[in-house]
Amino acid sequence: MDAIILQILNGLDKGSAYALIALGLTLIFGTLGVVNFAHGALFMIGAFCAVFVQRVLTLSVETVDPTKTDFLGNPLKVKTPYVENWFGHDFGSAIIDWSVPLSVLFCIPVMVLIGFVMERGLIKHFYKREHADQILVTFGLAIVLQEVIKAFYGANPIQTPAPEMLSGVATLAGGIVYPVWRIVYFCFAALIIGGVFAFLQFTTFGMVVRAGMADRETVGLLGINIDRRFTIMFGMAAAVAGLAGVMYGPINAPNYHMGMDFLVLSFVVVVVGGMGSLPGAVAAGFLLGILESFASTTWATTTIPGINQIIIYLVAIIILLTRPRGLLGKKGVME
Amino acid sequence: MFGLNKKDSALLLAVAVLTMLAPFILNPFPTDSGLAQFNAGYPDLMQRFVIFGIFAIGFNILFGLTGYLSFGHAAFLGVGSYSAVWMFKLLSMNIIPAIILSVIIAGLFALVIGYVSLRRSGIYFSILTLAFAQMSFALAYSVLTPITNGETGLQLSLDDPRILDGASTTGSLPVTSLFGLEMREAVDMAVGPWSFTFSVGYYVCAVFMILAFYLAIRIFRSPFGMMLRAIKSNQQRVSYTGLNPRPYTLAAFVISGMYAGLAGGLLASMDPLAGAERMQWTASGEVVLMTILGGVGTLIGPVLGAGLIKYFENIFSKINDNVLHGWFSFLPDGIEDFIVTIIHPFVGKGWHLTLGIIFMLVVTFLPGGLVEGGQRIARMFRGKKKTGGADAAKTEAAE
Amino acid sequence: MSKTNLTRRGVLKSGAVAGAGVALPTIFTASSAAAYTNEPTGGTVTLGFNVPQTGPYADEGADELRAYELAVEHLNGGGDGGMMNTFSSKALKGNGILGKKVEYVTGDTQTKSDAARASAKSMIEKDGAIMITGGSSSGVAVAVQGLCQEAGVIFMAGLTHSNDTTGKDKKANGFRHFFNGYMSAAALAPVLKNLYGTDRKAYHLTADYTWGWTQQESIAAATEAMGWETVNNVLTPLAATDFSSYIAPVLNSGADVLVLNHYGGNMVNSLTNAVQFGLRNKQVNGKNFEIVVPLFSRLMARGAGENIKGIVGSTNWHWSLQDEGSKAFVKSFGTKYGFPPSQAAHTCYVQTLLYADACERAGSFNPCAVGEALEGFEFDGMGNGPTLYRADDHQCFKDVLVVKGKENPTSEFDLLEVVEVTPAAQVTYAPDHPMFAGGSLGTCNPGA
Repeated sequence: MDAIILQILNGLDKGSAYALIALGLTLIFGTLGVVNFAHGALFMIGAFCAVFVQRVLTLSVETVDPTKTDFLGNPLKVKTPYVENWFGHDFGSAIIDWSVPLSVLFCIPVMVLIGFVMERGLIKHFYKREHADQILVTFGLAIVLQEVIKAFYGANPIQTPAPEMLSGVATLAGGIVYPVWRIVYFCFAALIIGGVFAFLQFTTFGMVVRAGMADRETVGLLGINIDRRFTIMFGMAAAVAGLAGVMYGPINAPNYHMGMDFLVLSFVVVVVGGMGSLPGAVAAGFLLGILESFASTTWATTTIPGINQIIIYLVAIIILLTRPRGLLGKKGVME
Repeated sequence: MFGLNKKDSALLLAVAVLTMLAPFILNPFPTDSGLAQFNAGYPDLMQRFVIFGIFAIGFNILFGLTGYLSFGHAAFLGVGSYSAVWMFKLLSMNIIPAIILSVIIAGLFALVIGYVSLRRSGIYFSILTLAFAQMSFALAYSVLTPITNGETGLQLSLDDPRILDGASTTGSLPVTSLFGLEMREAVDMAVGPWSFTFSVGYYVCAVFMILAFYLAIRIFRSPFGMMLRAIKSNQQRVSYTGLNPRPYTLAAFVISGMYAGLAGGLLASMDPLAGAERMQWTASGEVVLMTILGGVGTLIGPVLGAGLIKYFENIFSKINDNVLHGWFSFLPDGIEDFIVTIIHPFVGKGWHLTLGIIFMLVVTFLPGGLVEGGQRIARMFRGKKKTGGADAAKTEAAE
Repeated sequence: MSKTNLTRRGVLKSGAVAGAGVALPTIFTASSAAAYTNEPTGGTVTLGFNVPQTGPYADEGADELRAYELAVEHLNGGGDGGMMNTFSSKALKGNGILGKKVEYVTGDTQTKSDAARASAKSMIEKDGAIMITGGSSSGVAVAVQGLCQEAGVIFMAGLTHSNDTTGKDKKANGFRHFFNGYMSAAALAPVLKNLYGTDRKAYHLTADYTWGWTQQESIAAATEAMGWETVNNVLTPLAATDFSSYIAPVLNSGADVLVLNHYGGNMVNSLTNAVQFGLRNKQVNGKNFEIVVPLFSRLMARGAGENIKGIVGSTNWHWSLQDEGSKAFVKSFGTKYGFPPSQAAHTCYVQTLLYADACERAGSFNPCAVGEALEGFEFDGMGNGPTLYRADDHQCFKDVLVVKGKENPTSEFDLLEVVEVTPAAQVTYAPDHPMFAGGSLGTCNPGA
């Protein structure tokens, strides 16, 4: 029983990441009709926002400690972060400790800005183009973005640890032990998903965007500047992907190709959920996350060898064959 | 010629001449010059050009004509390679049975996957093919290791049966051949400072590519090709006229799968090793990029796209700082270092970056891919003849 | 029918000409001209450095490349000579190899066997490389080794840890300096016994591909021999990024040791996840729960950050070793690049020097002569103590380091501390050991 609950928790965790990325992808597809292959890269950039903040906070003064030597036998240079110098050792190291939550604040404006620039500078020109062209240009952009990150931060993963307080394990009801940060991540994801839905549902802005998703031309004819709203939506989708990335850092150390690892999966998630359906994307994200977790159990892999390798794709095939438009998809979208 | 109209004959002839003369064309720089780095006229890369050309031509039959975007085509290439290597292991080192088997197996594989995937269209079809290919890759890498030799890739060994060839006595692995003509045979020709390599393997591949290209032209111009285009432009209307589009699309899918199988078989014939990465989604994505980069739905585009991508992968990735310093050593030290620093991120380990930038530039400014670029340049030259000097500036700007 | 002025006869004629062109090569093959593939004729000799420059192992590849550049500099008489001064063989004089200046070409393996072979082929066919070296995974090493055997050049393996490279896939033209899964296990087992006792239950997570399997097999055999019980072995997909669903079942499995047969990004993530789940602070069966990572790499350990503290593993070499060879190498590498070399850099540097030295001693670049000079070669002063290049399988036998994640690192490079140097005799196995059986070297191939 414990094992099952653990795997459900694991699934919800993985699902959170899938759902957040898929949500952004669907927002972009639903509003702008663009297939964004650079969305994984946005997730990755989000994670590297945390790396950047961490690097900035740990910018250090070097003082030579003559009692110790470095690997070449020269006197060792000891680094002390500036923040520790300025705010005292305790408060300074606390700031560094909390660098991931702090970088959430940094990430939002950065990602929104990147979203705006991407949409106005590049994607805008591809609204009327074929999906194939959109795929090529966004894929090219994804490569460029990840190579730029690689040029700055190298190819190896870089740890962005969770704050000390949130990095242990929590004992849940029933004596189940689970990492605190993973619970935080799930709650954070739920919050963002809820926020996006509330925004679309209860604000005038959201209403217009939903109307635009349904029938762009008519909304335009009503004299509403739908383009500007779509730009804002793109920024929002980028921010959602970025936030998913920042908070993911402590779970798995960010590396420059993590975006590509998630890209294919998140497309599968979007399609299984149904193109253009926001609730579908979220539901499919959690569903596939949980199924993937269960397929990884020893019981599953001994029953069907290799099932953990293929489960997501297998489920995608079955769902697409039995429910032609995905779980919650509407008729006529991208067929 | 061969039932083609004048324009197509000219195109076929041009392709044939270019592929036959490729060893000269691809080695424009003298061997000792600094620019020899850009020479692509060595057997392995020339073989890759034409083999991936075949792959892309086949992909274009499906994507260019029917508009169905398959994201799992690499699976057929991989299956073809595995079948070919198994033929080398079990039957004979002659490439003919290997290639025949790889085309057949890839065709069957495509039939099964196509039959299921073509029940859906649009992005749902893309995801279905992607899912099948990723499953093939994941299983080939792990569970199916007895058949595929997993991570290492399937390769020949000394104790393979090779029924037709008899036991090897030399203690070294046999090489692939076409009725005794070894694929790795090559002859070097030195003309002054230039050196050109003619490889048997390359010419075998080239002949296959010309045949594949010819077949593609025939398919493009046939009633069948017309039908496929009709499906692309409006599938519903096709259905309303009482025609069932499914058999046509399935046929196109299987044909393009067989092209991929042929490419896979040839890859294995040139170098008898089949790795699982050949089936990964990135490999499927690569052929999509080749086709779009070259020009979707055009005959020659996919071949150009394939050439460009393979050129980057093999030539740009080999330019290191040492080479850069060699090129610019004539400049004063400071300027030399400066220029090397500027170029450094785009070559060697940065070849991905350059490729990504090229994707973006091509698709933004040349919506029809490289073919459109060629047409524009041709148009400019034609325009220049008529209007004279005014357009000369434009031509330069385009370059 | 035909709308062009091309006649059927004309086509036939050109076909015949083309046919003749294809037939030509059999007459004029290069075989008569040279004694072996890419025989260097001018004043230079070209080596091919084939390392991952893109993909997850790009940093490791970059470090290998630094080591190669350093080796070339030393061979050509530049720099401080590095390990050439401590190397027991004194054949190298700092004037290149056999008087020829050493030049090199580089390529990108992308850590894919296909791409690696393409890159190696271009070095052999286009650039005339006489030796190929490098790589950061066993799949690539085996694939490129096979290619070099066919092409008739020497392959000096870079970082490859699978038993197969010098086991079932060994080749006469291929040589490996790096250690392997069996050696890791043989070196680790006694240390684990001292640290954690003989009554332990081990749970293995294994990367689901050839290298993972051979290492898991080796570790399980060695630990079972000293009394440990293997509770479970779970295979994880290579593409896995989140290992939580593999780690969670460990909690209630009754196991008190977790063995992570992962490398690179897999290792960083599975270790991070294991620590997240509190495994390091856990008590099972009245003992502290322990995690073992059989193959450690400092570059990757850095990616794992705090999580590696106190975790035991093995490594081929570490910069903190205090023998003369290691000190000389760390000094020249550190002076040139500003940080200490990794084990990948070390093995690549040593391989290059060993190759050059073998050429000098053989008096030829002929792969067969070089191979003969390397076979059974005993040397010292290269950082691993007295070492033997065994003739039976072209594997180096040398001391293996057992290391532990350092609790209080003094710098960002000071992540591992050497727990024990296991002597070569303890990790040596018979050439026909079952884990290495199934292949044969074949005969050396000088090519053309």
